[in-house]
Amino acid sequence: MIYRTLFPRDVFAELDRLQRDMQQAYEFSPSIRGLARGGFPGLSMNTTPKSVEIHAFIPGLDPAGIEMQLEKGVLTIAGERKSVLPGREDKATVHIDERFVGRFRRVIALPDDINPDAVDAHYRDGVLHVSIQRREAAQPRRITIQ
Amino acid sequence: MTEQTNVAKATEAHRSEEVLTPPVDVIEDASGITLFADLPGVPKDKVTLQVEDNTLTIEGAMDLEALEGVSRFRRVFTLSKELDGEKVTADFNQGVLKLRIPKAAHAQPRKIDIRVS
Repeated sequence: MIYRTLFPRDVFAELDRLQRDMQQAYEFSPSIRGLARGGFPGLSMNTTPKSVEIHAFIPGLDPAGIEMQLEKGVLTIAGERKSVLPGREDKATVHIDERFVGRFRRVIALPDDINPDAVDAHYRDGVLHVSIQRREAAQPRRITIQ
Repeated sequence: MTEQTNVAKATEAHRSEEVLTPPVDVIEDASGITLFADLPGVPKDKVTLQVEDNTLTIEGAMDLEALEGVSRFRRVFTLSKELDGEKVTADFNQGVLKLRIPKAAHAQPRKIDIRVS
């Protein structure tokens, strides 16, 4: 998805490239899916012995507009965020334009032992929280010695 | 030695108080300025807005049980004179803050007639 830019003065593309180069330098095996453009939405993934907890920071969306798919141990979160910026015909000036606009799609590889039938997703205060249960067998069990 | 310990402590305190800068959009039209800010994970009652001496401060604290530590958002803007800081209206929905800062009545655009003598 990210190419070395054709336009060398595109400072954001240069920063993206710098970030990738840094990642290559410090992490010898970065994810095969690389970095999402602009990193939207921000993601965090935590695992507990019983579940995998994922938080995606996607403020200002209608929960019905978020598409989520779990297939072959890969979770995809996709959707679109509409622009609030005025059109050309409006007599308005945009002074700062930093918020993400447009379609986004992020893909997360999950651990092998998740149960695809036990997924719970909530959207609150602009954060999508996905909780996926792990299979019983993967949970540590105490073995009594006879 | 003591100094070093103090420095270490200060760094730790700084880390736990890490402040995020929310991305914003600022749009100006004839009657005022509209500001949108992304504050994901912040409940409505944890958003603080303050206007003092032409300075607008936006603050918010994330409230997520599952994530360790509390992240805070903070961003400060200087308002110009023609903006009416007392009449700011705010709207907060699904982590997006929308502020409307109207221009003071005397600063509203007026059509100036040119008299021909």
